[in-house]
Amino acid sequence: MSLPIEMFTPVKQDSKLETINRPSTSLWQDAWRRFKSNPLAMGGLIVLTLIILVALFGPFFSDFDYASNNLMNARELPGWTHPFGTDELGRDILTRVMFGTRISLLIGFGSVLINLSIGIFYGGISGYFGGRVDNVMQRVIDIIYSVPDLLYVILLMVTLGAGLQNIFIVLGLVNWVPMARIIRGQILTLREQEFVLAARALGSNTSRILTKHLLPNSIGQIIVVAALQIPAAIFLEAFLSFIGLGIQPPLVSLGYMAAEGRMNIPSFPYALIFPAVTIAVLMLAFNFVGDGLRDAFDPKMRK
Amino acid sequence: MARYLLGRIISAIFVIWLVMTLTFLLMHAIPGGPFSSEKVLPPAVMENINNRYHLDDPLGKQYVDYLKNLSHFDFGPTFRYEGRTVNDVFKDGLPKTATLGALATLLALVCGTLMGIVAALKQNKAADYIATFIATIGVSVPSFVIATFLQYYIGFKMNLFPPIGWGEPINMVLPAIALSAYPIAQITRLTRSSMLDVLNQDYIRTARSKGLPGYIIVIRHALRNALIPLLTFLGPFFAYILTGNFVVEYVFNVPGIGQFFVTSIGNRDYPVILGTTILFATLLVLFNLLIDIAYTIVDPRIKLADRRGL
Repeated sequence: MSLPIEMFTPVKQDSKLETINRPSTSLWQDAWRRFKSNPLAMGGLIVLTLIILVALFGPFFSDFDYASNNLMNARELPGWTHPFGTDELGRDILTRVMFGTRISLLIGFGSVLINLSIGIFYGGISGYFGGRVDNVMQRVIDIIYSVPDLLYVILLMVTLGAGLQNIFIVLGLVNWVPMARIIRGQILTLREQEFVLAARALGSNTSRILTKHLLPNSIGQIIVVAALQIPAAIFLEAFLSFIGLGIQPPLVSLGYMAAEGRMNIPSFPYALIFPAVTIAVLMLAFNFVGDGLRDAFDPKMRK
Repeated sequence: MARYLLGRIISAIFVIWLVMTLTFLLMHAIPGGPFSSEKVLPPAVMENINNRYHLDDPLGKQYVDYLKNLSHFDFGPTFRYEGRTVNDVFKDGLPKTATLGALATLLALVCGTLMGIVAALKQNKAADYIATFIATIGVSVPSFVIATFLQYYIGFKMNLFPPIGWGEPINMVLPAIALSAYPIAQITRLTRSSMLDVLNQDYIRTARSKGLPGYIIVIRHALRNALIPLLTFLGPFFAYILTGNFVVEYVFNVPGIGQFFVTSIGNRDYPVILGTTILFATLLVLFNLLIDIAYTIVDPRIKLADRRGL
């Protein structure tokens, strides 16, 4: 059958149809909208905010010092003056928990900041250049990956010696590998897309394409990995404190307090229970927020 | 396949050599010898000690000697236990560590998959919430805290199992539970989510519409496919069982390699730290090689070459 030629005339264009009526949502608004509708993630965020606020400002309202002993008041049960009780040297456990949370959070955020910088640098170069450079860089990562990081961490801590500064260095040196892999994967897929070609056609150089186009587009993934690495770093520090390679007194971290409280559990379990519960709550909050962020930034991953 | 295997074996040997070299260099980079923390010794005694342990040899010679000895599995003398070699320590400790590890592995695989299956089948019901709750505790409480609570409340207070020591099979109960807490949590989560995935597949609906009883569908159709993602967890799982032993053996005073390792860190007994790291790294590299091979057997859809890039 034949179609009449009139059927092929264009439909009348109406410019009103083309206007966008609603304000467009940015990546951040979109992610935040999805994040808000996730009760576990929001709960985690609220708890986390509270813990951070208490850890930052709580010690200023406390009448006690976290490091000075008061043997007259040792092992007091939780009560009005000492809500969490006092430890075997008479130090207020609540104040110590607040200080310990500060240090634990500092370790979590600080070490992630370090491995983020290394990871972006390494993964960015590996993913952007591809080919032989990528191949060699990935082999190096394979080798690092084939031995569990705990062994490296212990060896490096033994070599460098215990202490806050070395924990930063070691956790930063070890944990950048997963970050670099994620960033490389993102860059590898992104660099093939048209907007990168367009940017190059317009004369952008490599560093501009990397910093202005590729990295901002992988920011969601980077935040998700970072959010999940913070609790892992806090956990690892607790383990290090347990085997005597972590924080050194008079500084305290939650892990150090738990390891110290462990010794006296038969006579005085509070010195273990309060820091342990704080670690658990912190872990849960971070993990819920991390999972929520993953769902928010990458709805495809959502089950 | 043969070419792939050869490549993997060569790279495994290379990794092991690299670990040996790096650990050796790190241990020798520590300022002050292993004996310098003791009270000040007369120079003649120091010289004797250095002579005895070949610490005054040039670094290159020490390194070559160490590699030579390692090639016939000689890890050298310990610094802190007069008359004992690192080999003696391994010979004593390895069977205990391996037994405990095997028991924990069994416990983790059985409990983890069972809890995961139940949670998936009873999604959003009480059983699901209980399993998720246990899994959440397992990943959010440090293992030394879990071990201490088990030891104190189940061991001392309730007197159900011996809280400390080694020898009788019943001694292994609490350490095995403590060691498997984290893997149980991970396996439960993994099994649950992959079971939920599989249960929504078309072939499950087909099996159901054929009128097969529920347990056959679960065991024969769903579980087999749901367990494949679990294979990816085996590498980290084995690594966890090995390194988790550090904490658990120390807390429960199990005379295995893990406890010895932690004590050696405190003692700065470098040959033991060096030897344990190399032993564990070697075991893990070999184990990962086995997993990669097992992959192709379990699921022919996975091509070995594809996994190389991972």
